[in-house]
Amino acid sequence: MNEALTLIAFGPDGWGDEIARGVLVTVSLALASLPFGLVLGFLIALAKNSGEPSLRSAANVYTTIFRGLPELLTLFLVYYGGQMLLNEIARVFVTGATVDVNSFIAGMVALSLVFSSYASEAFLSAFRGIRQGQYEGGYALGLSRSLTMRLVILPQLIRLALPALGNLWLILLKETALVSAIGLDDLLRWAGIAARVTKEPFLFFGGACLIYLALSMISSAGLSRIETWTRRGEAPR
Amino acid sequence: MSWVSNETLAPQPAPPARQRRWTGTRIAGHLLMALWIVAGANLLYYLASNVLSDFFRDYWQKYLDGIVITLQLVGLSMVAGAALSLPVALARASRNPFISGIAYAYVYFFRGTPLLAQTFLIYYGAGTFRPFFSDIGLWWFFRDAWYCAVFAFTLNTAAYQAEILRGAVQNVDKGQWEAAAALGLRKGITFWKVVLPQAMIVALRPYGNELVLMIKGSAIVSLVTIFDLMGETRRAYSRTFDFQAYIWAAVLYLIVVEALRRLWDEIELRLTRHLRRN
Repeated sequence: MNEALTLIAFGPDGWGDEIARGVLVTVSLALASLPFGLVLGFLIALAKNSGEPSLRSAANVYTTIFRGLPELLTLFLVYYGGQMLLNEIARVFVTGATVDVNSFIAGMVALSLVFSSYASEAFLSAFRGIRQGQYEGGYALGLSRSLTMRLVILPQLIRLALPALGNLWLILLKETALVSAIGLDDLLRWAGIAARVTKEPFLFFGGACLIYLALSMISSAGLSRIETWTRRGEAPR
Repeated sequence: MSWVSNETLAPQPAPPARQRRWTGTRIAGHLLMALWIVAGANLLYYLASNVLSDFFRDYWQKYLDGIVITLQLVGLSMVAGAALSLPVALARASRNPFISGIAYAYVYFFRGTPLLAQTFLIYYGAGTFRPFFSDIGLWWFFRDAWYCAVFAFTLNTAAYQAEILRGAVQNVDKGQWEAAAALGLRKGITFWKVVLPQAMIVALRPYGNELVLMIKGSAIVSLVTIFDLMGETRRAYSRTFDFQAYIWAAVLYLIVVEALRRLWDEIELRLTRHLRRN
């Protein structure tokens, strides 16, 4: 028992500070992917909700691709493919130039792509929950299309989409574990290194699982607070 | 006196189709769609031009083997997970707080942690208990990456399937239980013959989603040295550094997932045909 405590302690003997740094990377990766995924997902939902068939099918192709590919494969495609593409582009300007893709950026791009395709479905079903009269009311007041969207539709949309988006956030948090496969020093990678060095795999992988669990518990608590906050205008039931 | 005409109106031509104007949205939609079509054509051309390449000749067999491994892994763990999910769901609904607490903790743990971390925990973590597993004669099981992966995936999907099952059973109207009780059926028989069939109809869609998620999730077993489709892809790439390794994998995964989704839609349509009114 004491040995285990030494191993997870902070400082030169223990792995506590390395693990803590890994947690920071995991959380910041998830937080960094979130805004891009949300904005992209919203735009795709707008496209899917539009009356223009070609725009709808273009958006559907996007979601079919990124919901059909395994997240790990998307990550590798972005990481290796992005590297190759950037090298090709760099070679046009400078002969023999090489570009290294940052694994954090690659992870962010891949997770945002996957997140946005799922988020677009969440936004789309929220769009379906808003009645046509809301738009008409906005236009009748003389609001422009973009103002109606921003002042009338969006506040209701967020409230409707929030439960699904909350689930997607929890999934995103878990998917960050995949970036350990492209060498980003996240929580799971540090746990793996510590397990190999100390020969205590159960302790470290079990600990990593518990930390992920704690992260999702904190997120759920935060999400339910946000949900009550968005519902503060509704009559108590 | 009213005047009634005996003549009928001559047949009128249909009103002219409304001219669809080229709005910004329409232009953007057509541009994006054109982009996809060009990209798709490019991809097809790329794949077709590589069918005769050395890479394809050397590895196409491996890719097919990989798909078989992926499907075996998912099939095995889905079935085993379904079997395990039933007692978990029952325990979750139990009135005994101890039993339901354990089931809740199990479900919460496996739904709240990454599948990759669970697989590592079981595959590498089992080494910590090697003497114990050797004593009870189970070391051969935990030594093997394949068994560990199937075990981890089974435990994971069982937690998700237990929630699907619980939701579906709760969705069945309470009157069904009461009616069966009024007919003198025992609880067990009511569950198997009355409630479960109705619950399964509700659960079809979530089960299909779970199947697709498992296929996609199964790619991570390549990180514990199993040569599924993703594992074969990584091996091919590390030997040739030819990026088409990943392109082929992406195409194959998309085909498998889309085919399964379509197949599942067909199955659902067929199984719910008695519920449609027309």
